[in-house]
Amino acid sequence: MYRRLPDRARALVRFTFDGEALTAQEGDTVAAALLAAGQLATRHTPVSRAPRAPYCMMGVCFECLVVIDGAPNRQGCLTPVVEGMRVETQQGAAVFEDAE
Amino acid sequence: MSERFTSASDLRRSYDLVIVGAGPAGLAAAATASGFGLSVLLADENGAPGGQIYRGITRSSEADRRRLGPDYAAGKKLSAAFAESAAAYTLGALVWSVAPTDEETPDADYPLEVGISLGGVARAIGAQRVLLATGAIERPFPIPGWTLPGVMSAGAAQILLKTSALAPSGRTVIAGSGPLLYLLASQLIAAGAPPVALVDTTPRKNWRVALPDFPAFAMSSYAAKGLKLLFDVAKRIRVIRNVSALEAVGGDKFETLIVTRTNGTMERIDADLLLLHQGVAPNLNLSSAAGCALEWDEKQALFRPKRDEWLESSEAGISIAGDGGGIVGAQASVIEGEIAGLVAAFRLSRISKEMFAQRGAELKKRLASVLRGRAFLDRLFRPADEFRVPQRDDAIVCRCEEVSAGRVRATAALGVQGPNQMKAFLRCGMGPCQGRLCGLTVSEMIAQARGVSPADVGYYRLRPPVKPVPLREFAAMPQSDAAITAVAGFVERSVEKGSAAGSLEPDNRIVER
Repeated sequence: MYRRLPDRARALVRFTFDGEALTAQEGDTVAAALLAAGQLATRHTPVSRAPRAPYCMMGVCFECLVVIDGAPNRQGCLTPVVEGMRVETQQGAAVFEDAE
Repeated sequence: MSERFTSASDLRRSYDLVIVGAGPAGLAAAATASGFGLSVLLADENGAPGGQIYRGITRSSEADRRRLGPDYAAGKKLSAAFAESAAAYTLGALVWSVAPTDEETPDADYPLEVGISLGGVARAIGAQRVLLATGAIERPFPIPGWTLPGVMSAGAAQILLKTSALAPSGRTVIAGSGPLLYLLASQLIAAGAPPVALVDTTPRKNWRVALPDFPAFAMSSYAAKGLKLLFDVAKRIRVIRNVSALEAVGGDKFETLIVTRTNGTMERIDADLLLLHQGVAPNLNLSSAAGCALEWDEKQALFRPKRDEWLESSEAGISIAGDGGGIVGAQASVIEGEIAGLVAAFRLSRISKEMFAQRGAELKKRLASVLRGRAFLDRLFRPADEFRVPQRDDAIVCRCEEVSAGRVRATAALGVQGPNQMKAFLRCGMGPCQGRLCGLTVSEMIAQARGVSPADVGYYRLRPPVKPVPLREFAAMPQSDAAITAVAGFVERSVEKGSAAGSLEPDNRIVER
């Protein structure tokens, strides 16, 4: 859905999305990197499980909520991608790994 | 040189002025106020200064600036002036509250506290004054299907272009109203990704309403630029006007935009990406949560915080500059930031009354000049009633809680008086976005059902934290004994004075009441 313009070349950063190995460019947010990699839906809603994808890209709409390195409810559009980051689709409401 | 902090625990206990938001207003205010000798902290949630209009400006290449145009490139100078200033700043910071200093905080010599989460650490930072420069957000655009993946806001596409040089790769349709729509279209053309169509929902009658303001607009700096943009875009891509309804359809993702014209004809436009935009509105969440009184602006059909002529809100010590106080655009936001910096310096007795009066008058003159022509744009681009209040019952109003227009309308018909009561019935506005994407729509729908102005209905009552903060960060915040006593009724401490804090063995502790 999006392509990188040819005049932009920055260092590559490796990360995973639902276990799949992907690359981003240094300076990308998680949401931008996912769109660049052709991924659309980042979460399924808690109410109807409908798929949702980044909408505003500026921290307002909370549609790009993802699980990052095990932590749920992270705003993908405000979080820079870093090497080795593990990103997962958020299914419904947040599940906290260390919750009793 | 401004100094950057990455953990809230490294910040000073208090500053003369805490500014929230590093867009045009915040950057200008920080440079101005620190120039007058105030200690300034500028807190911003993005990865680099610039706000949304100058997003990514500090790392932009020449190719980026050529593509995005001279109005974007202007941000380079502003961010450079800020970098030269003595202001402290934080990126990736979450400001969750602004409030009067807790009465349980002993010996505090500052009237306000700002809740900041940064680097996984939360702190209440003291402030003599606070400036909210939280900018604008795009208005809700509640058409059926706007929640489908593949439907985004026009501003989102612009941000992707600015920060990551990402351009749409498939067929793109842009729909809505306002200057940003045409600017984005021209930027996408420059990026080699022209949209297949621009669907302009500006109501035809707006031209007539705006006409009396045209002479002032014609003399402004916007006129020549704006008209050229309109013609250039219309020459390159198909523009569809006189639109009465839009619907996005698709399965798991957006596939087709159905356009209904005012003459009743319908057209289906197949595309991969739909970009929606119908103007911007002040981002109210922090100002409203801080208790600042709001007012309804009928001309622009939005709520904004009440401000006096020196940009001070209804709350003591809290000023609001830039689009967060009312939509004025980037150039005027810079001047408002300078005014707010000057006001802070005067209120904190760093400059004389004479200097304040003289500089203030100069800045106000410049502001009036930049705002000339604004009224025409406000009237022309006031979004159509049918796109602010969804006509179809199946359109989602609250995206987070998936509340449809039909449910809001039916519940309003029961006699619901305002948006806060509506929350109790439907949970609208109670999801993570805290009403940012539905607040205006819900207030206007209730107003319509009651047959009154949104001014009488009001806006969601917003409360801190204005964005989610991990509970563990709150729990780890340092607390005074007085604050702990206020909650727990007592403070546990070691018997041996001077012993290491935290050695709370059951046998050697006492309880103070």
